[in-house]
Formats: sequence, C-alpha cells, structure tokens
Amino acid sequence: MKHYILQRILLLPPLIVVISLMAFLLVRLAPGSPFQKERSLSPQVEEALNEKYGLNKPLLVQYLNFMSGVVQGDFGPSLKYRSHTVNDIIRQGLPVSLTLGLLAFALAQGIGIPVGFLTAVRKGGAADYWGSFAALLAVCIPAFVVGPLLMMIFAIHLRWFPTGLWGTPWHAVLPTVSLGLYFAGKVSRLMREGMLEALTMPCMVTARAKGLRERDILLKHAFRMAVLPVVSYSGPLLADLLVGSFVVESIFQIPGIGVFLVNSSLNRDYTMVVGLVILYASMLLVLNLLVDLSYHWLDPRVKND
Amino acid sequence: MKRWKHKTPGNPPGVFCIPWVQGLATGLVLGCLGLGSGCRPQWTEADLTILNGAEPETLDPALMTGQPDGRAANALFEGLTRLHYAKAVAEPGLAESWDITEEGRVYTFHLREGIRWSTGEPITAEHFRWSWIRAIRPETASDYAAQLYFVKNAEAFHQGQLQDENEVGLTVLDDRTFRVELENPTPFFLDLCAFRTLWPVPPWHVEAHGDRWLLTPPVPTSGAYTLDSWRLNDRIRVRKNPLYWDAENVRSKVVDFLSVAHPSTAFNIYETGKADIIWDSNLIPNQLHEEIRKRPDGHVYTYLGTYFIRFNVLEPPFNDVRVRKALTMSLDRQRIVDRISKGGEKPAFTFTPPGTAGYVPPEGLPYDPDEARRLMAEAGYPEGKGFPGFKYLFNATKIHEQVAVELQDMWKQELGITMEVDQKEWKVYLAEQSALQFQASRSAWVGDYNDPNTFLDMFMTGGGNNRTGWSSERYDELIRQANATLDSAKRLLLFQEAEKILITEGVAICPIYFYVGLNLFDPEHVRGIEQNLIDEHPVRAIWKE
Repeated sequence: MKHYILQRILLLPPLIVVISLMAFLLVRLAPGSPFQKERSLSPQVEEALNEKYGLNKPLLVQYLNFMSGVVQGDFGPSLKYRSHTVNDIIRQGLPVSLTLGLLAFALAQGIGIPVGFLTAVRKGGAADYWGSFAALLAVCIPAFVVGPLLMMIFAIHLRWFPTGLWGTPWHAVLPTVSLGLYFAGKVSRLMREGMLEALTMPCMVTARAKGLRERDILLKHAFRMAVLPVVSYSGPLLADLLVGSFVVESIFQIPGIGVFLVNSSLNRDYTMVVGLVILYASMLLVLNLLVDLSYHWLDPRVKND
Repeated sequence: MKRWKHKTPGNPPGVFCIPWVQGLATGLVLGCLGLGSGCRPQWTEADLTILNGAEPETLDPALMTGQPDGRAANALFEGLTRLHYAKAVAEPGLAESWDITEEGRVYTFHLREGIRWSTGEPITAEHFRWSWIRAIRPETASDYAAQLYFVKNAEAFHQGQLQDENEVGLTVLDDRTFRVELENPTPFFLDLCAFRTLWPVPPWHVEAHGDRWLLTPPVPTSGAYTLDSWRLNDRIRVRKNPLYWDAENVRSKVVDFLSVAHPSTAFNIYETGKADIIWDSNLIPNQLHEEIRKRPDGHVYTYLGTYFIRFNVLEPPFNDVRVRKALTMSLDRQRIVDRISKGGEKPAFTFTPPGTAGYVPPEGLPYDPDEARRLMAEAGYPEGKGFPGFKYLFNATKIHEQVAVELQDMWKQELGITMEVDQKEWKVYLAEQSALQFQASRSAWVGDYNDPNTFLDMFMTGGGNNRTGWSSERYDELIRQANATLDSAKRLLLFQEAEKILITEGVAICPIYFYVGLNLFDPEHVRGIEQNLIDEHPVRAIWKE
C-alpha cells in the first residue's frame, strides 16, 4: 500500500510537466499576441513588451524560465492585467471559487445521493418516477439556462437574493444551485444505477437469508457497493467545481478564477493560461489519487497494488 | 433470539437516517456558509456605485488603453488640465494657468500652489517631466505613447533614435513651472493634457515597487480620490482624497466601480438597485435599447465614434476603386440602424462624426444603388456576373454578426454579389486585420480627443491603424499641413479636403453609422453626470441625493 501511494505521488511531477508543456505550446500556436488591441501597437512598443516579458527568447528557454519560477511558487506576471501577477489573481480568485465549488459539491452530493438511493429502492414507485424525472431534468438543463432562470425568479421578481456579485452568504445561494443542480442530477443517476446493480447481487439474497434487517442490508452492504461509481466521479467533479465555472461566474459576476481560466486563453495571456492549467491539473491529479485510495477503504475487494 | 421483521425493498428507511449523508450535507453546507461569510470582506455600502464595464487591465495612466480603465483611474489621477464635468473641454487642473508663446509652439504651465499627493508629498513640475518621459521610454511599452509625439523630439526618443531625455522638449523651470515645447502648434494640446497618458504618477513609488506600484498601498494619487481596494472582476473602491486641491467640490465620499462585462448581469444589478449608474451602452442588453431609450432614466447622446468597414485595397476585388464605391453606395445604412443597432444611431456617410470641434465633414458618397450597379458594370461585373466571392471579417459578437448578415443581404440584392461571413475570435480578428489578411472587415473608431485629427491621421500612409493598404500622398500632405496650421478655420478646411479624398476618391473605408451612447441613471437622484461628445464623466462631480 505504501509502495503504491509513493509510486502515485512520484508520478505527479512528470505528469504536471507534460501537461504544462502541452498547454504552453498549444496557447503559443494560436494566432494573435497578448498585446494586440483594436488600436495598433507601434513596433517599438511591441518589441519592448516582448523584451520585458521575455517573449523574444526561444520557446524552450521561455518555458524553462517559466517553470523555474513555478518551482519557486511564482507563476510570473499576467500579460493582460499588467499591474497584477498570476499569483495575485489566483490569491484573489481561488478562495472564492473554492467556496462556491465546495458549496456546489455539497449540494450535488447532498441531493444526488439521497435521491439516487430513494429512486433505486423504490424502483417503479411514484418516488422513483418523480425523482428520476427531476434528475433527468437537472442533467438536461445547462447552467446557462438554470442561472438566468433562477435569477429572474428569485432575484428580480421575488428579490430574495442578490442578482450577482459576492460578499455575503446570500450571494452564494443562486450560484450554488445553478452550479450544483446539474451535478446533483448526475450523481443521483449514478447512485441509482449503482444501487440497482447492488440489489441484484447474490450477496443480497444471502444477507436476507441470514436474517439481516432490511435497513442494514441497504445501508451497510448495498450502499457501500453502490456508492463506488459516485466516489470515482467525485474526484474529477470536485476538481472541476473548485477551479470555478466560467458560465456561473460570469452570469452572477463572481470574482473567482473560472472566468480567468477561459478568458486567459482568449486574451493570449500565456503565463496565466499555463499557470491556471497547472493549478487545475494538480487539483485533478491529487483528487483522483485520493479517490483511488478511498476505494480501498470503501470496498475491501479493491486492492491497491 | 433476535426478532426480525421482513421488509420489502419498496419500504426503505428514510434517507435522512443515513448518518453520513446527513453529516456530509449539513456539515459541508454549514461549513461552507461559514467560510463564505467569514472570510469575505464585508463591503460597506458606497455613496455611489457605478457599473464600469470589463475589468480594467491596469490603472497605470501610462499603460492603460481601455475606457473602463481610464474612467476608474480618472478618479485617482489628474493632469495639468482636467475636463469640465459637463462640456468635457479642458479647464485648469493641477496647473492653475498657462502661457502660450511662439505661435502656439511653447506652453508654460504654472502649477497650483500647495498641491500634494494623497500621501502628503508636494506635486512638482519634475513629477510631470518624469511621468511624461516614463510614458515615452521604449522600455515602459506604453500603448499610447504616441499621444506625446506632439512634444518636440518625443517621437525620436520613443523610437530610440534619440537617447538623451534632456533633448525632449520638456523643461522644469522651477517646482511650480513646467515648460513644454511642441513640434507644431497643436490646437488640442490642452485637451491632451487632460488625457490619461499625460497624468503624473508618483516617481518614488513607481521606482520602488515597479509593475506592482498600484497594488502596494498607500498609492499616492493626485486626483479627487485615493485607491481603497481593487479586487479583480469585482470592484475598484475609491475614497475621497482630502488633499485634492478641489476637495470641497467632491461630494461622494466612497465610490465603487463594479467590473461587470456581461450586459444582462450589469443590467440586473442596476435594475435591482445595487448600482446607481450604467455608463456604457455595451452593458445594456441590445434587445432592450429601444425600450430603455424611452425611460426617464435612459439618457441618449451622441459621441465621437464611427462604425465602418475597412477594404483591403491591395487585393482583388477591392483594388478597383469602382468596386469599393459600388459596395459603399449600395448600402442602406438606415436599414442597419433601424433593424440592428436600434439605439438611435445616425447613418454615417463620412468618417468623422458631425460635431467634432466645429468641424463640418465633407459630403460622402450617397446611397445610390443605380449608380452602384453602373459602377459595377463599368468595373466588369454587370449584375455581379463574374465577381469573385469575398469574405467579410469580423469579431464574433452578436451585433457584428447581425450587421454582417444584413450587409450580405443588401449586396446580394443590389449588386448580385456573394459575400461570405468570416467570423473570428477577437485576437485572431485583430491579427488578421493588422496583417491585411482580409478583403473587407468590420471596424470601429472612437475619438480620443475632440478634434478631427483623432480620426483622420490614422489613414496616413503606413500608419499602424490604417490597416487598408491605402495610401495617398495628397492626403498625407493635407493632414501634415493641417496640423502645422495655426488658423483654426483654415485648419478645419484642410481636414475637410483630406477627408473628402479618403471617403469619395480613395474609398478605403465605408462608414456605416455613428455611435450613440446610452447611460442609465435616475436623474431625480443622481446629479452631476452629463453627456458629452467624448463620453467622459468625471466622478468627482457626480453625487447621489
């Protein structure tokens, strides 16, 4: 087990290097430059900017310079927001995205798991129909529809919540729902499938035959097996939610980093693109590792070696 | 003996009995709510909240280019002159007076007595010289350095042909006297002095903190406000500067500039009363413009901006001026403003908007489809036969797409020619436009100052903003002559002659419409905001009752 964990951890740095190199090269392949604007730039200014940010050096040198900064925890200056460094932007935006992401994650799991569980054990009943219908609906309606819809009803007509911005817990409610609802639907469907499959297993018959309480059968045995797909989905889901959502952050004007993740590549803000990709990739890799390790604890059949 | 009762799968325990579901859900929700409320700074209500547009790229006067940047920074910094809050013409700012000598080529500015940075240090003439030199130093990489090219030797210094900064026409006579020598008499120079590139910055603070000087508090400011906080994609909060020379007339103590780029988000924030002013029509959803113009809080006004098409005159089919003329004359601009922009825009037949500093634009090519068809026939494409298809380049935005489709339709109908829409992402669009990799392209220009020169000098041969490949010696000569002419009436006539060449003989561009601005604020409660041609609204004058 220890050997396995060590192996996985040692694999992280080379993976990050490969991912960052690809991001670095891809964004450089795109036409246009970070400094291009509607008004033309004089050649002197462009040259000075390239000099200042080291963009006139060979690509490999640029990459190595950038990565040597990254190793020291410095992602360099933003090429678009010239008063800020990428670290400034992450420091300001990440806590906001983390908060919103955790809230949406809690909502997705908190609604998805119980609904999935219920629809599976009451298969064919009214609860199943309504629950599955709601889950399907949640999966089918994207956040850019849910967001404005919620805003129209609860912020503009009823005035219960603010329409946007960030500051108090009230500001978090509508964005959390818009962000989390889709995933709640997805989690509940995964949970339902898992549960249905678990209930048909021969061990369920054994459990009933030896006289276990139905409640124990469902919760202690079936649930633990059924929740595995949800757990493996949770790693990438959490990573996705934590780095913020472009759609929800722009609809509700939330100062997170999701907006930057998308806009930085449109702006050709090279340092910011690679910096945020590294951040996202690290989160994804670490969370996936944690998910794999949690299998061991949830399902004794899984041996991590 | 254990008692047991058989239960069917259809009769499960309540899900909320599942302990860890309960724990996870409540724990995380409560924890996060705590996190959400505990860690966030609680914004107190500002005296005035303005929806300012996209997040400013920087607040550094020498580096900024965007309008949201300039408008927020205008609260923090002031130049030798400042713009009158209503008329937007230059009035004394940090300089209380000036003498103009040598036929308008030398300006001697007298700074106000006792003016200070918000951190207490006196503002001196040397700070102006240092800031202006900084803006034209090649390594500063200021996008707007050309705004200082009117100063003697500034252009040569910026382009590296001149190394000695003392040869630039800026002289500090004493702490309060600053002498500026210009290349030519420049009638709009006092307006330029109020422009952001020419605002002074605190030399010691910039030297000490480099690129991050604006993020290192306390930031010394010279304007009506100080920088309180700046959170990206959220807000810039400024607080009244008690050391500002005109502080007694600054009525709003705390002002928030909200950085919102999404029109429906901005509009919703305004409609729910969380902001007092929207001062950018791009922040109002296009579909609502028509309705909002009729509301008492909708304020429509013209400003110096033109929506137009650039032709690439170096490549077929647009290397033939008859084709460019035909395309221009076959466009019904009224249809475009009525059906698409819908903000009350005026159809444009000239490049310079009417009303620019007393300038009367020449007559442009009229809307005349018959003449357009005749020209096409003359060029060898009767009824569009044999005309090669061409692409119309524009950046991916709803309104540009709608205009493109309308153009496509009109050209097909009137001239029988086929245009293909070529929608590109913003940076790709810019790259292709400046590299002349297009045939026709959507374009727009907004004047930097109230003078025809801000529109017309861009089409001089080889200018970075020309982007058409068009060149005319006569045109270049007229613009140069105009800018060396002191007599303002004669000067404007020279500009008029030049523009006539541009839009009726050269036809490097096809004007579509003049922009109109749309501001939203309740005139009963918000005071001191006026509409003017260059769309400037100094915050120092605005307050809420």
